[in-house]
Amino acid sequence: MFKEFAKGLSITFKHLLPGHSTTVQYPTVKLKMSDRFRGLHRLVPSQDREKCVACYLCPTVCPAKCITVVSAENEKGEKYPEVYTIDMLRCIFCGYCVEACPVEAIEMTGAYELANYKREDFQFTKQRLLK
Amino acid sequence: MTPEMLSLSNSPVWFVGIMLVKLLVVFTVVMLSVAYATWCERKVIGHMQTRLGPMRTGWHGLLQPFADGIKLFFKEEIVPTDSIKVPFLLAPMMILVPALITVAVIPFGPDIQVGDFMVPQQITDLNIGVLYILAFAGLGVYGIVLAGWASNSKYSLLGGIRASAQMISYELAAGLSIIAVFMLSETLSLREIVALQQQDLWGICSFVPNWYIFTQPLAFCLFVVTALAEINRTPFDMPEAESELVSGFCTEYSSMKYALFFMAEYANMIVISALAATLFLGGWSAPLNIAIFTMIPGFVWLLAKVYFMMFCFMWLRATFPRVRYDQLMRLGWKVMLPLALANVMITGLVVVILQ
Repeated sequence: MFKEFAKGLSITFKHLLPGHSTTVQYPTVKLKMSDRFRGLHRLVPSQDREKCVACYLCPTVCPAKCITVVSAENEKGEKYPEVYTIDMLRCIFCGYCVEACPVEAIEMTGAYELANYKREDFQFTKQRLLK
Repeated sequence: MTPEMLSLSNSPVWFVGIMLVKLLVVFTVVMLSVAYATWCERKVIGHMQTRLGPMRTGWHGLLQPFADGIKLFFKEEIVPTDSIKVPFLLAPMMILVPALITVAVIPFGPDIQVGDFMVPQQITDLNIGVLYILAFAGLGVYGIVLAGWASNSKYSLLGGIRASAQMISYELAAGLSIIAVFMLSETLSLREIVALQQQDLWGICSFVPNWYIFTQPLAFCLFVVTALAEINRTPFDMPEAESELVSGFCTEYSSMKYALFFMAEYANMIVISALAATLFLGGWSAPLNIAIFTMIPGFVWLLAKVYFMMFCFMWLRATFPRVRYDQLMRLGWKVMLPLALANVMITGLVVVILQ
C-alpha cells in the first residue's frame, strides 16, 4: 500500500518539474490548424472575378440552408453570383458546399475566431468571403 | 542581571503597544499566507496536472489572489429564502474565527530584549497551549454543521453531517497522537516544547536537535493524517465532495461569505502546519545546531517548515483520490485510533523503563 502511495507521489512530483506543461497560452500562442480543418469559408477568385458560376449546387446541398445565391449574367455572357451570402450563425461547418462545388470556387480556411457582437456581422457577403 | 519579562503588571503601556504590534504582524502574515496559499495551490496542482495554473493576472498570475478577492467582494450576496437567517450569516464567521485565533499560541522565535524588558516572540504563552488549540479546532466543526443546517438544503445538510462525524472521529486520534509528545515533554506550553526540542538529540548527538519527530515518528504520521481529515483536505474532503454533494456545506453561500469559507480552509491549513512544526519539527529552531543555521532568525525557520508542510498537503491533494465515506470511518476508528493508543502505551512503557 505504501509503495503505491510513494509511486503516485513521485509521479505527481515529476510533473511539477519544469517542462512538463502541455498548456498552450492561447491568445498569445496559437496552434497551427490541420490543412483539412473546416473553418470560415472563402470564395476563390480567378483573374478578374470569383470562380463561382452560380450553379446553386451549394445552397441545394447545404443541410443548414445557410447559403443564399442570386445568379446573374455579365456582359461576356457568363453566369456569376450577384449575391452570395453565408449566414455563419446557421452554418454547421460540414463542408458539403466545398464537396458539391463543380468548379472548386469555395473552400474552407483555418480561421476559427468568428465571435462577434452583432447578428448582422455574421452575414458573410461575397466581398467578405472573397478576402 | 537578565531583564524582566514584560507583562501587564510591570509596564502596561509598553505591554499593550507591543501586543498590538505582534497581533498586527501575525495577522498580516497569516492573511498574506492565506492569500498566496490559494495561488500556490493552484500553481502546484496545475503543474502536477501538466497545466500552468493562473498565468494572466500579473507575472505568472501573482495578482490572482487579489483578483479573486475583488471578484468575490463584488458578487451578489444571496441568502436563500428558506434558510435560517441568523445562523446562516453566523456560520462563516464561526469557521474563520477559531482558525485564526489558534495562531495566538504558536511561538515564532526566542525572547528578544525591547528596552528594559524581555519580550517573547509569541502572542501569548498559555500553559495549556495545546489544549487551547484542540479546543478551538473542536469549535471549528460547529461552523460547518451550522452552515449545513441553516442553509436548509439537502446537500448542505449532508455535508454538515459528514463534517461533524468525520471531525469528531479524527479529533480523538489526533489528540491521542499528541499525548505521546506531552509524555516526553511533560508540559503543555508550546514555548517550552520548542525549548525542549532545541536540546541535543537523545542527549548524545550534539549537532542534531531533539525534535520529537525522531522520537515519535508514528505520532507525527498519525497527526498529519488525522489533521488532514480534521481540516477537510483531500483525500478526506468528504464534507465538500463536489462530485456527489455539489460543494457540501458551502453550496448555498455566495460572495464574501463563500470567501470566508475558503479563507478558513487555508487558515486551518496554516494553523495545523504550524502546530505540526511546533510539536514535532522543533518550531522556530534550526534543523542543525550549526552557526550558519542558528544565525537565521526563528520566524524564517517556522515559516519554512509551515510552507513545507503546506506544500506536502497540496502535493497529497494533487495525487490521491477522495476516500469513500465508510473507508474514512474505518480508517479513523479501526486504524488511527488503535495505532495512536498503542503509541501512547509504548511511549509510556519506555518513559517508565528509562526513569
